[in-house]
Amino acid sequence: MKYVDEYRDPQLIRNVVREIERQIDPDRHYRIMEVCGGHTHAIYRHGLKDLLPDNIELIHGPGCPVCVLPMGRVDDGLSIVEHPGTILTAFGDMMRVPGTRGTPLEFKARGSDVRMVYSPLDALRIAQNEPDRHVCFFAIGFETTAPSTALTLLRAKELGITNFSVFCNHVTIVPAMRAILDSPDMRLDAFIGPGHVSTVTGCRPYEFVSRDYGKPIVISGFEPLDMLESIARILVQLREGRAEVENQYRRIVPWDGNIPALRAMAQTFELRPYFEWRGLGFISQSALKLSDAFAAWDAERIFDVPGVRVTDPKAAQCGEILKGVLKPPQCKLFGKECNPEHPIGALMVSSEGACAAYYRYARIDEPAAATA
Amino acid sequence: MAIPGQIVECNADDPLFAKVDVAGVRRTINVGLIADPGIRPGDWVLIHVGFAMSRIEEDQAREQLELLRMLGEEMPAMEEVRGYAFSDSPEAPT
Ligand code: SF4
Repeated sequence: MKYVDEYRDPQLIRNVVREIERQIDPDRHYRIMEVCGGHTHAIYRHGLKDLLPDNIELIHGPGCPVCVLPMGRVDDGLSIVEHPGTILTAFGDMMRVPGTRGTPLEFKARGSDVRMVYSPLDALRIAQNEPDRHVCFFAIGFETTAPSTALTLLRAKELGITNFSVFCNHVTIVPAMRAILDSPDMRLDAFIGPGHVSTVTGCRPYEFVSRDYGKPIVISGFEPLDMLESIARILVQLREGRAEVENQYRRIVPWDGNIPALRAMAQTFELRPYFEWRGLGFISQSALKLSDAFAAWDAERIFDVPGVRVTDPKAAQCGEILKGVLKPPQCKLFGKECNPEHPIGALMVSSEGACAAYYRYARIDEPAAATA
Repeated sequence: MAIPGQIVECNADDPLFAKVDVAGVRRTINVGLIADPGIRPGDWVLIHVGFAMSRIEEDQAREQLELLRMLGEEMPAMEEVRGYAFSDSPEAPT
């Protein structure tokens, strides 16, 4: 159990918890989805569930980029580095995500030239430094990260760097939310909207949530106080029978988003007709690919990747957890075969993955709760 | 992960890049996503994978650093900033 005094501003926390208790209907069960993996991490890390009434259930959403990438795409990306003279670059999280023939890190250990980078610009720099090799960047992420790939592509074009390509796996959050809202086994009352994604997209793209589905959505910051305040605002909307888009994270998120970022994305990417998400299946217009103007930098066109589809290991429940139908410890492999040292699913790799967050923080609380 | 930093120097030759200070570590980052008016020394920004994503106030920067500490993400964040290799190479646009 976490004590209120451990938070940075205990009095403010106490006030907002009191407000939540005032707004809540004790006879009702509330299911609120936090869309963003950063929120999932923060909820476990801060022990927020201990502050909330029992009838508020937080459902973890699909907003962890490595978690939603199906295994086939990992295999496809790794097939690129098997072409002679290629270097595959990826962010740290991606390095530990298993494909059917191993993780990028394991490919590296077996002699493939796989390198971790902290920025897509690092990958471009390697291409400049090693003109005899081809450098491919394994791009993942939502709208938070897609603009950085876009600017890197624009720079590659401007500088005429032709030994560089992008294996594009950027996805967009809104179609995934729509798929979840349309899914028959998903009953949600409201959303905590993503903070960082919204700095790019702004708040307008979420209007369909309230308009078409009648659900409140509050874009939220990542501090305990932010998230509790967002939950309080959701409860106020539900009590008053309103469904609106609210921006709790106004200090960072502009209503109209980041215009230069959206412009850079429009210049370099176009929507794929459909894309497969782990756990959610094929979702139309939910991912980005390089536009024709950037065909020369598109790894999928240069290397003719196999486009394999593979199913997750049988006992793994990553899909059910991504859909919010099961909680991490309900997976048979959780904490046993699958743990942060030996992840079987990507949800155990990323700090934004529900399984890794649960493993790191929630387990510590549980024995304490049992002995109390 | 969004890392707060303060712009210490702009790049006259290539205005897309600027030098930033993150808790004492100085690196070059890309500032092409910051809308007009352009970035100036002293401005605070949130950084993600080598790019300034948004301009923030100084006290928000401190809050963000505190948040990274609370989330146990401070070390990985500093590792990320130190790791921006594009700003180290001899031909780096600094
Ligand atoms: S415990 Fe591992 S295998 Fe099971 S759902 Fe989580 S990541 Fe997937």
